[in-house]
Amino acid sequence: MAVKTSDGGTFEPVLGPKAQLLSAHTRAEIDHEIGKFPAGRQRSASLAALRSAQEQGNGYLTVELMDAVAEYLALQPIQVYEVASFYSMFVTRPCGRHHVSICTNVSCMLNGADDLVAHAEKKLGIRLGESTPDGRIFLKKEEECLAACTGAPMMMVDHEFHENLTPARIDAILDELK
Amino acid sequence: MTDDLVNVEVDGVALKAKKGAMIIQVTDAHDAYVPRFCYHEKLPIAANCRMCLVEVEKAPKPMPACATPVAEGMKIFTKSPKALAAQKATMEFLLINHPLDCPICDQGGECELQDLSMGFGRDIARFSERKRVVKDKNIGPLISTDMTRCIHCTRCVRFGQDIAGIQELGTPGRGEWMEIGTWVERSVDHELSGNIIDLCPVGALNSKPFRFRARAWEMTQSPLVSPHDGAGSNLYAHVLRGRLMRIVPRPNEAINENWISDRDRFGYEGVYSSERLATPLLREGRVWREVSWEAALEATANGLKRARDSMGVLASPSCTTEEFYLLNRIVRGLGSHNIDHRLRQSDFRDQAADPLFPSLGLPFAAVDELDALLVVGSNLRREIPILAHRVRKAARRGARVSFLNPARFEYLFPVANYLEAAPAAQTSELAGVLAAALQASGTAPSAECAAAVAAARVTDAHKAIAAQLAAGRTRAIWLGALALRHPAYDDLRALAAALSLATGATLGVLAEGANAAGAYLAGAVPHRDAGGEVPSIPGLTAREMLERPLSAYLLAGGVEPWHDSVCERAQQTLAEADFVVAATPYVSGTMKEIAHVLLPIGTFAETSGTYVNFEGRWQSVPGAARPVGEARPGWKVYRVLCNLLGIPGSEYQSSEELRDELRKICGEDLEAGPYRGAHRVVPSNAPAAVVDVPMYQVDAVVRRAPSLQRTRDGRVAAVNY
Repeated sequence: MAVKTSDGGTFEPVLGPKAQLLSAHTRAEIDHEIGKFPAGRQRSASLAALRSAQEQGNGYLTVELMDAVAEYLALQPIQVYEVASFYSMFVTRPCGRHHVSICTNVSCMLNGADDLVAHAEKKLGIRLGESTPDGRIFLKKEEECLAACTGAPMMMVDHEFHENLTPARIDAILDELK
Repeated sequence: MTDDLVNVEVDGVALKAKKGAMIIQVTDAHDAYVPRFCYHEKLPIAANCRMCLVEVEKAPKPMPACATPVAEGMKIFTKSPKALAAQKATMEFLLINHPLDCPICDQGGECELQDLSMGFGRDIARFSERKRVVKDKNIGPLISTDMTRCIHCTRCVRFGQDIAGIQELGTPGRGEWMEIGTWVERSVDHELSGNIIDLCPVGALNSKPFRFRARAWEMTQSPLVSPHDGAGSNLYAHVLRGRLMRIVPRPNEAINENWISDRDRFGYEGVYSSERLATPLLREGRVWREVSWEAALEATANGLKRARDSMGVLASPSCTTEEFYLLNRIVRGLGSHNIDHRLRQSDFRDQAADPLFPSLGLPFAAVDELDALLVVGSNLRREIPILAHRVRKAARRGARVSFLNPARFEYLFPVANYLEAAPAAQTSELAGVLAAALQASGTAPSAECAAAVAAARVTDAHKAIAAQLAAGRTRAIWLGALALRHPAYDDLRALAAALSLATGATLGVLAEGANAAGAYLAGAVPHRDAGGEVPSIPGLTAREMLERPLSAYLLAGGVEPWHDSVCERAQQTLAEADFVVAATPYVSGTMKEIAHVLLPIGTFAETSGTYVNFEGRWQSVPGAARPVGEARPGWKVYRVLCNLLGIPGSEYQSSEELRDELRKICGEDLEAGPYRGAHRVVPSNAPAAVVDVPMYQVDAVVRRAPSLQRTRDGRVAAVNY
């Protein structure tokens, strides 16, 4: 089904054998993103498309999912791999379904972020960059400034910011994650 | 005109430069060298190596010459202290992670990084930290990788994006972790992919078959012409002590630009196949015996003399023109006209109307400028990769390219209309386009095409193609190898010629082999003598020769009819002949079964000679490598045969002498001319079989090139449509 592009043209996503892997919900989200760019510029939607695909993939991108995005957007697979491997918000190896990133940049560091990282590591029994064995939580690499210094120390869980953290708050937030 | 020029100053010399040109284009044009790695004149600009930094007056920082357009009054300094300091600093960064393994690197001696580090590198490294190591990728049997050497110029990536049309390599990762590669392990399969070996300025991408074989400075270089397709791509042979070590492109803007196909680059491996025939062999009963050249030629002459006019010559379409000419003299000297190189063609009804030679109908470089093109029956990317690249350039410029093919072949450019039709339906499809063109121009069909036009059903696609072919400056219709192999080729050609007449598009034929044009001019066809002279009675065509046995056959130029011909009976027919002599570089089991004498001749790399490409361009090359064993250049063997057969006036001393004689016969004015036949096209839907020969099976040499056989295209089987 053709998608209307920002310049009034259309783009016909390729729903071939590989793109079938994308759920209807993911495809609808990608279609929405394609519509933000002119016809023939669907490559620009690859960033957002990968985000949707990663969500569908329970927190990480498999080669199959990336190939599906490539086919759907009529791109070469390598063009999608390039994007997925460039940005730190994409994970291309299996990991826990909730991405937890604790900021350790200046403001947060001054407010004790390093202790918070140590606390989270101890609580979950994993180091930064690892996932819990039950596949629930992925403690992402140290995060750089997320522009929420007023509420330092802070962390991002999936797409949500949590500010003014204390060890107790972290416990509560992490325990909430299913 | 003056509006398009700006005044600039390069190193104190006042120049006029084209507006919008990049500084590096201006400095290159005026011999002011600026070092560079990522910039390449044939690739889009990336400006990511920073090696070409130059000083520009009033600019606060050095500017990358490859990505800074010239402006009025600009003063550029390419060798000022500031420019040199910037270039040296860049070089220092580039060398941080580059290994010091030049002594074991195949690129050593022809390495852009090595050369520039001589001029711009520091003699002492200040970097004492650990160097980065990158895992090598396996990207197939043709290209070796040493990724630690990569300096991330991205020429190979841009080649894929822009020239090949399919991005196979990319730059996954970021910063220190960025690597050139494919991310998931896979081979790089494009038919021009070998060119990234030349593009790579360092030793990261090299030729896998050539790995560790020779050093660049030990080899001598001599020119060659591609022996695999009719484009006549220019090549260089690199030869070490008489042995061909590798093939690289010889840039020629009029033909192959800087590129060559993988078939041209790696086909040379077939030259040193284990099946090479090193000495003349003679069969006595079932026993093969090595004999002297004298004995073998004596036996050949006697065998051919016994057969007289009941003999035939089947020649490879990739023989040199000189070889074709001598073969012609042998056949006609023996009183017959049975000589042919069109082994895969099966329709010869209208051959009398052939032009002087099969021609593209326009200069190769003019393909870039085409506005519309209809290709009938061609797997173009596989048949003539370098021509497909030109067509792609035209299509990207906006040319409307359409195809009529038995299957949906993949083209990496926008295709205007794709008519997919089984061979049996192709004449009616083409008649549909013709009918649409005639309707549009309001003319009546010629008597020859009337029946076919009347029977045609005109579709919107037909109308679109006809309209495209009639509009614009330069348009063309080409008949490819799949059309030539069609059992009703002459119908297709007559319709295409009528379409060309109706629309004004030029008609071209993409004949098989490297030298079909030379074969026609030298008279290696049954219906034409040298120079296109028409004999009173034509001889037998390749198909006729292979369907009914003659008493003797001469198989020339490594032709193997059981692979090279579409005639299913080929092998059986040859086995029934009294006498078969093969002048061939190779010996195989089948060859030993059917032949009586085997004469070892040199391959394309081991003989001097001339190839005429499908533009009608004569290209002569000297022999590059020493023939294997006792093998001799084909023309010398055929010349001695001429002498032994008592054919007068065949005391040629050199291949040049032969070429000049033929050139004189052909005359100066060598136009292929248009098709002028009066072939009546009978509409028919008779079943028609057309075979698509895989690109690495087209001739005896490439069939024996092991690396090509291991590629994706090499594993493809022939398809019968």
